Amino acid sequence: MDILTLLLIVPVLTVIAIIISRTQNQIRMSAAVGMGIQLIQTVNLIFAYLAERRNGNIDDMLFVKSWMWFKSFNIQFSIGVDGISVALIALTGIVIFTGVLTSWKVDNLSKEFFISLIVLTTGVFGFFISLDLFTMFLFFELAVIPMYLLIGVWGSGPKEYAAMKLTLMLMGASALLLLGILGLYVNSSAAPGGLMTFNIIELSKLNIPIEVQRIFFPMLFIGFGVLGALFPFHTWSPDGHSSAPTAVSMLHAGVLMKMGGYGCLRVAMFLMPDAANEMGWIFIVLTSISVVYGAFGAIVQKDLKYINAYSSVSHCGLVLFAILMSDKISTNGAVLQMISHGLMTALFFALIGMIYERTHTRDIRFMGGLMKVIPFLAVGYMIAGLASLGLPGLSGFVAEMNIFVGAFQHADTFHRIATVVVCSSIVITAVYILRVVATLLLGPVKNNDFNLIKDAIWFERATVVILIIAIAGIGMAPMWLSDFISNSLNPIINKLSMIK
Amino acid sequence: MENFGYTVIVPFLLFISFLLIGLAGGKFKPALSGIAGTFSVLVCTVVSYITAFSYFSGAGLVNDVYQKIIPYNTEWMRFTDKLVINMGILLDPISVMMLVVISTVSLMVHIYSLGYMKGDSGYSRYFSFLSLFTFSMIGLVISTNIFQTYVFWELVGVSSYLLIGHYYQKPSAVSASKKAFVVTRFADLGFLLGILILSNITGTFDYSILTDPNGSALTQGSAISFMGLSVMTWALILVFMGCAGKSAMFPLHIWLPDAMEGPTPVSALIHAATMVVAGVFLVARLFPLYALSAPAALHLVGYVGAFTSLFAAIIACTQTDIKRILAFSTISQIGLMMLALGVSDFGGEKGLGYMASMFHLFNHAMFKALLFLCAGSVIHAVHSNEMNGMGGLRKFMPVTHITFLVACLAIAGIPPFSGFFSKDEILVAAYEKDFLLFIVSMIIAGLTAFYMFRLYFSVFWNKASDYKTAPHESPLNMAVPLMFLAFASLITGFIPFSKFVTADGKGFETHIHWGIALPAVGIALAGIFTAMVIYKKESDLPQRIKASLGSLYSLVYKKFYIDEIYIFITKKIIFNGISTPVAWFDRKVVDNTMNGIAAVTNFVSVKIKSFQSGQLQQYAYVMVSGMIIIILFVLYLWNK
Repeated sequence: MDILTLLLIVPVLTVIAIIISRTQNQIRMSAAVGMGIQLIQTVNLIFAYLAERRNGNIDDMLFVKSWMWFKSFNIQFSIGVDGISVALIALTGIVIFTGVLTSWKVDNLSKEFFISLIVLTTGVFGFFISLDLFTMFLFFELAVIPMYLLIGVWGSGPKEYAAMKLTLMLMGASALLLLGILGLYVNSSAAPGGLMTFNIIELSKLNIPIEVQRIFFPMLFIGFGVLGALFPFHTWSPDGHSSAPTAVSMLHAGVLMKMGGYGCLRVAMFLMPDAANEMGWIFIVLTSISVVYGAFGAIVQKDLKYINAYSSVSHCGLVLFAILMSDKISTNGAVLQMISHGLMTALFFALIGMIYERTHTRDIRFMGGLMKVIPFLAVGYMIAGLASLGLPGLSGFVAEMNIFVGAFQHADTFHRIATVVVCSSIVITAVYILRVVATLLLGPVKNNDFNLIKDAIWFERATVVILIIAIAGIGMAPMWLSDFISNSLNPIINKLSMIK
Repeated sequence: MENFGYTVIVPFLLFISFLLIGLAGGKFKPALSGIAGTFSVLVCTVVSYITAFSYFSGAGLVNDVYQKIIPYNTEWMRFTDKLVINMGILLDPISVMMLVVISTVSLMVHIYSLGYMKGDSGYSRYFSFLSLFTFSMIGLVISTNIFQTYVFWELVGVSSYLLIGHYYQKPSAVSASKKAFVVTRFADLGFLLGILILSNITGTFDYSILTDPNGSALTQGSAISFMGLSVMTWALILVFMGCAGKSAMFPLHIWLPDAMEGPTPVSALIHAATMVVAGVFLVARLFPLYALSAPAALHLVGYVGAFTSLFAAIIACTQTDIKRILAFSTISQIGLMMLALGVSDFGGEKGLGYMASMFHLFNHAMFKALLFLCAGSVIHAVHSNEMNGMGGLRKFMPVTHITFLVACLAIAGIPPFSGFFSKDEILVAAYEKDFLLFIVSMIIAGLTAFYMFRLYFSVFWNKASDYKTAPHESPLNMAVPLMFLAFASLITGFIPFSKFVTADGKGFETHIHWGIALPAVGIALAGIFTAMVIYKKESDLPQRIKASLGSLYSLVYKKFYIDEIYIFITKKIIFNGISTPVAWFDRKVVDNTMNGIAAVTNFVSVKIKSFQSGQLQQYAYVMVSGMIIIILFVLYLWNK
């Protein structure tokens, strides 16, 4: 069995194991073991990938496998990975494993909960390994639909509204994506009447006419951009996150939003570089707005999850911004930022969930002084905050610096101004992060009931420690990950810069 | 030439000590974490002294010029082949000097804190952050490239944030730490943009290329101009913005007085001796660029320094919180260092200002740390920061009294204390370059002597207050650092600094310029005398002066309302003027548009639904009416 197919088979086996499990304990143990194996597999994938590269394999995609699926439409089930997807797969592995750990205490319909959660993850893994637009789209949908159930059933607050809103907006995005993908497909035959293809690698070798690109680039970019919280299509994010259960928020902000960035890079930019260069400025304006707007929006929020949702809008806006700069350094930064944001936002949401379980409120006006009563969680929150505001030594800094340095390579005034605007977000980010840290963790304990709450227990500690180790690891030794990614960027960047 | 490879121990050990105390600190006895931290700093101090001794005694010299030695450099992050962030160690006169300053003051503060922080619930957290700070500060000064400086610049910022907020249950400490971080972050934005522009025009982050006086970096970027100034000048002004934030230059000085909410030893280490002079250090580090490539930016440095220095000295005369007086005094002295850099040229005896600035930095670190530690000792004894509630302490605390007096004499510039020598060099440098700045520094010298002795007489002389419990002298581990630093303040003035630390690495001879030194000492003595008359004995003179100055006094006492202006900007403009509307806009406009689209879809589908009623008559009716409309339309077109 080859290494990529196993990534899909293990979740399926896990789901089966959960179905036949009888007790609560069996269910969560099978979920944890299954996702533990999955995490080990992703680590194994990293080493297999590196070994392959060391052996001098310079193909763009490794471990490529392809099976014909619908012969009449030339739809294949083709999979393969490069440095970018391996990095994102590793991220997914970490986030889902910690997500299962944080859901240890879910006891309402826990079987269905874990099944939905793992089906969702299967979609994410499948998305990142797909080389065929059709299968990619399929996995995309597979990831989005369980989300509806997860929020609608296990959520809190106005959960039906949030679930419906999120799903409808993402479905709208899917419609655009489907149109865009079909548009690429029908224009993919080299000669009129020739064989058409969904395969990304083959598509990238074609020269799709600029007129076609002009129509389908915005569709695909917006389609993926909705998932990546592109202004003004980000409004599902605050409501969705605030209603979602902890593990779902973690996965959603940590991984699903990265599918948006990955799609923009791998599909929109890579396959339609002419339009990307021509129309990029519109999206640069939108993403610059996202970055600053999200940060300003976060300053006045009162709900912890809203703060994080807006902060995600800002940080994911930075990802899209960096991708649009079509510069190697900044794109490298974009991938680093995806991973960094994935880890720290997962940490944030995990901690928010844990704090909520103890305080039964997420409104920061009623909280204060948690550092005194739950020091472990509070320190974890502080570290997540510091990573978020780009402290050197944690992952956020490296990603941001790559993005800024890369974006600044453009010498024209438009790009320069956009870069300066985006850079200014580091100050605004500091403001809202420190505001939350100060009101939530520091100061006197506001509510006497809080004096009774207990600090983290083992599975919570495990979640926090795993995520912090990953964040600090990337932050302190960034070269390793950066090297891992950067060679895989070459095909994309070459294609983009060939046009200029 | 010796390769100094052993200096790697210094940052490495400190980092280990931070991690160890930070992660395991809760597990073992608090006292142990204090001792572990102190011991690692002690080792670092020894290594720093060995490094300094061997560097200055000849190992750093080639052809009578002090070289830049890079014993260690490793790649940390690579953007392109040229734009690389290295983590390394660069030894040159200023970084070796800073190593000595940081490790000495840090060691003294560690020893002092063993006593001062005793019984504090955050004892091991405190020591782990002290290690983190010392590590970051040392990393900052030994940086081999400007991005490494930025990395550690942020790290010292966060350690300062964590230490100011040490008493995190106190709301004022929390808001002070937040303010310090946000203000310096804002300044760092300038620094970051400066780095981006600088690296863009020179193609490197590396100091050895950037600051090579014969290198190509100096001439690049001067050709392109933007709004009347060369791009290089803009880049350096932006970098200076970062320096101004860290070094609390006007108008970014507002965080420093508030930062006094932190434990007093922290104020001594971070907010007096080391971190706040990072801005001066960075300008000095980039000095060849400032002096040779962007003199306009250097002028700005000098004038901002002079203005800040005067401004802070005036405010210091009216404050009553002893730590705040010292904070404003720090701002003023750092301004003086900036002024000295601003009046300096590159190379030879023309570089007197540079040397004077570094000299003053060195001396200031010692006597200002001493002042803060003495203040801490006083606060420890009387449990208050308020000067008006003190008096007559000389009888209760003889060691603190004498050491404080030494420090006051040093800062006032009375020979033979250290401040006299460095201040004299600054005055000479200013006199030769810019007469206006010379006059300003003379005034500052007078004001400094006045406000320091106002503090001294009010605390140690005057009438003794009714203390609830009699103040007592501090324990030995707090007194020893005081005595050591007092000794340093007494002798460091005699170090022939101009032989060692100069802009171009070549030493030169200096001697006291009595023509300038005598008037300066005269002015200082006048300041001391005035303070003595007003504050030594209890009288109503201070009140009468205050009353006669009226609103002018309260304007100064309120620090020229700069804080209020900032609160207006942050609260009214950013919070209420931008963020709240953005949040509103997002919920009401953007989100409602999205919901609106859904609502319209819903509405339309409800309406359309009724068409599919399944009634044949209705279908026939619609079909016939449709046909009639089409026919009429076709006829209409036909006739046209």
